[in-house]
Amino acid sequence: MKDGFDANTARKAWMSLLARAPEGRAAALLDTAMVRPAFTWLRAPEIGGTMVGARAGATGAPFNLGEMTLTRCTLTLETGEIGHAYIQGRRKADAAAAALIDALMQTDAAEMLRAAVLDPLQDEQTRAKAARAAKAAATKVDFFTMVRGED
Amino acid sequence: MYVAVKGGEQAIENAHAWLAEERRGDTEIAELSIAQIREQLSLAVNRVMAEGSLYDPDLAALAIKQARGDLIEAIFLIRAYRTTLPRFGASEPVDTGEMACDRRISATFKDLPGGQVLGPTFDYTHRLLDFKLAADGEVPEAPMRDADLGDVPHVTEFLNREGLIEEAPYDDTPPPDLTREPLEMPAERALRLQALTRADEGFTLGLAYSTQRGYARNHAFVGELRIGAVPVEMEIPELGFAIEIGEITLTECETVNQFKGSKTEPAQFTRGYGLVFGQTERKAISMALVDRALRWEELGEDNVGAPAQDAEFVLYHADNIQATGFLEHIKLPHYVDFQSELELVRKLRREAGVDQVQEAAE
Repeated sequence: MKDGFDANTARKAWMSLLARAPEGRAAALLDTAMVRPAFTWLRAPEIGGTMVGARAGATGAPFNLGEMTLTRCTLTLETGEIGHAYIQGRRKADAAAAALIDALMQTDAAEMLRAAVLDPLQDEQTRAKAARAAKAAATKVDFFTMVRGED
Repeated sequence: MYVAVKGGEQAIENAHAWLAEERRGDTEIAELSIAQIREQLSLAVNRVMAEGSLYDPDLAALAIKQARGDLIEAIFLIRAYRTTLPRFGASEPVDTGEMACDRRISATFKDLPGGQVLGPTFDYTHRLLDFKLAADGEVPEAPMRDADLGDVPHVTEFLNREGLIEEAPYDDTPPPDLTREPLEMPAERALRLQALTRADEGFTLGLAYSTQRGYARNHAFVGELRIGAVPVEMEIPELGFAIEIGEITLTECETVNQFKGSKTEPAQFTRGYGLVFGQTERKAISMALVDRALRWEELGEDNVGAPAQDAEFVLYHADNIQATGFLEHIKLPHYVDFQSELELVRKLRREAGVDQVQEAAE
């Protein structure tokens, strides 16, 4: 049972990483790493939406905030592994690449793909986030107290 | 009597062709790309996403281009598009405590964990036209500071520790959905928040301002305003667990409002809540003020008859697509309706003898 949980955690991490990847980036890294294997669509890429939820007062009762666009697809490799993708936006090519990577991460190619696709994606996202955080930090107010005038 | 009239096809076709030409403007001037609108008119894009109730910056930018910059028309296009999308599910409620904050300020606490982070704000600018923007120019890169903001907890958590502010207790009641069921009164808070987050910014601002001026005054402070990216998680049925499906930018405003207490409750602060797609600060603050005003009944306050306390008035008039649809339809042909009105007025005048009086005067 514990193995199943860990496997899900790892899969959740890479699927989430692929969903956040900028347009075309995961596909470019995949194509540099390997020739795409043959696969069959179980569900060809399709565009839809999902309702984003939130909570009143950030922690209270849920409410519906609005929708976001979403692309999903499912494919199977000739060796039987099934890959899914659910990614933000209207990006069929990116969804296809993400589903293929998801399937391949369940094969012997996993280690190679982690090094060639997932790690670079993670590094890029970490750097981009850090740059934004550093710009925000530069706008943090440093207060200094003037002489108070009561006396 | 209903009279079918045909005609105007050619005029309509030609009007639309001219519209396309006017939309493009002078062809000597470079055409705007969707990416330019998305990147450089991003606050317009954010408003269209918020009121269109669909988070997709590229689609919002396209809608703005198609609508020639008329944001309500652009919102209309987005609302129409979203009805064509199959719904793949619903996300987990986003956790704004996890937000990667671009901006985070509090008007109530100077020294708070995480600090006062101004972010890319118009505040403290002098509101003077910057003619440098009229000339081409490189923008210097914004300064960075190697400083981890650390945890950025919600401000209300500090007040909660002392019991000075009402709690927003965790709850998992499935919320009603305005896009599935028509709005009906009485509207519970979850439904009001959904309606307010996509409500017209101008209308919401005007109502919020009215509460500040004394129509259901509730003494709001901005306890906290934060803008930044939050991950969106959704349960994937095929997998049986949730994954992140992307990241969206949100603006959240929590107001801290005076509350004198009631027979059952001691004096404490109460809260209003605003949460809106994109960097949409004015709207989020307005939403929080209106949310708070609409909570008069559950907080045991008096109904002073103020517009912002009247849920039916607020919610039935806040949607600019409903409003503009009904407003603008009166410019479309009403020839037959008007014909009957005309006959009625003539008849009433005959009965009142108006025409005879006029004749006598001549």
